[in-house]
Amino acid sequence: MTAVGVWMVPLAIAGIVGFGLLRGVKVFDLFVEGAKEGLTTAVNILPALVALVVAVGMFKASGGLDLLSFALEPIGKLLGLPREVIPLSLIRPISGSGAMAIFNDILRSHGPDSLAGRIASVMMGSTETTFYTIAVYYGAAGIKNTRHTIPAALSADISGFFLSALAVKLLFY
Amino acid sequence: MMNVIFAGIILFSFVFAALTGRMPQLSEAAMGQAGEAVTLVLSLTGMLCLWSGLMKIAQESGLTELLSRLLAPVTKRLFKGLRPNGEAVNAITMNLIANFLGLGNAATPLGIRAMCEMAKEQRADGAATNDMAMFVVVNTASIQLIPATTAMLRMQAGSAAPLDILPATWIASVGSVAVGIVMAGLLAPLWRKRP
Repeated sequence: MTAVGVWMVPLAIAGIVGFGLLRGVKVFDLFVEGAKEGLTTAVNILPALVALVVAVGMFKASGGLDLLSFALEPIGKLLGLPREVIPLSLIRPISGSGAMAIFNDILRSHGPDSLAGRIASVMMGSTETTFYTIAVYYGAAGIKNTRHTIPAALSADISGFFLSALAVKLLFY
Repeated sequence: MMNVIFAGIILFSFVFAALTGRMPQLSEAAMGQAGEAVTLVLSLTGMLCLWSGLMKIAQESGLTELLSRLLAPVTKRLFKGLRPNGEAVNAITMNLIANFLGLGNAATPLGIRAMCEMAKEQRADGAATNDMAMFVVVNTASIQLIPATTAMLRMQAGSAAPLDILPATWIASVGSVAVGIVMAGLLAPLWRKRP
């Protein structure tokens, strides 16, 4: 498994460059030209990302996560989520590194092959950091009016959490 | 929407920190995290340059067009407002493939590119188009063959079978992306393009 992961990136890079060489395009010149565009994009992302990262950092530092987890326990129960994974479901849409830390914590304290550990694993594998993605993508494209993006993406996330719990219970217990 | 969420998170944090006496931590987080964001963008910049450069090669050599044609049955149905085989659809295709293969670091730069191309092609002018929202939904539902990072963390935590969660992961991601696609379609008419 980890072997597959290790091979994937080099394989993709070598594949693209090799294909270009085969077709007789100037691979180095094109790479440099494209990389320059990447630099411009990075600059465009920064302002939106500062806003989001600061907001999430403040939220975590205030201890609000614990309070919100406590308040949302009944809703979590409705979705079939055990109490231990509720903080993960709250932080997952807004912070990738935060989710990783909480996920690791669940694995250590409850065990990777426990009910909570398995549900948390499936949640991590089947959802993404929605708000980060929106901030980065729309920030780069200069989108201010997000329209229905957030409600649609969040409903996907919530059903992802619900299905994670359901699938683990059906397949393992 | 982003305005409300941003203000909501900050005000909630302020009030809660005031009540629990965690103002020093809050102050530290506010100042430290701004620098953290720059570090994050810097670490993303290298990847962004790498994959934008590789994308350029793939484009000129005809590789993206080849792959786009392969994925056309999917992209045509999901992104109805985009020119088939246009720059935007090509970038979307590369992003979806990178996501599926678990190349998370490559998928983000490619997704950013796809979004910029869509904004150009559809003259978005600051408002998300239906296709852009659809793209976000498909992206955030994270359809991938092997969630490598998750499996690695499970292994490190001493799991007997780190990959036994795969079938459940596939069910959850396919289900959630289906819900997302339906919701994106249903909700789109409720938000006008130009308020």
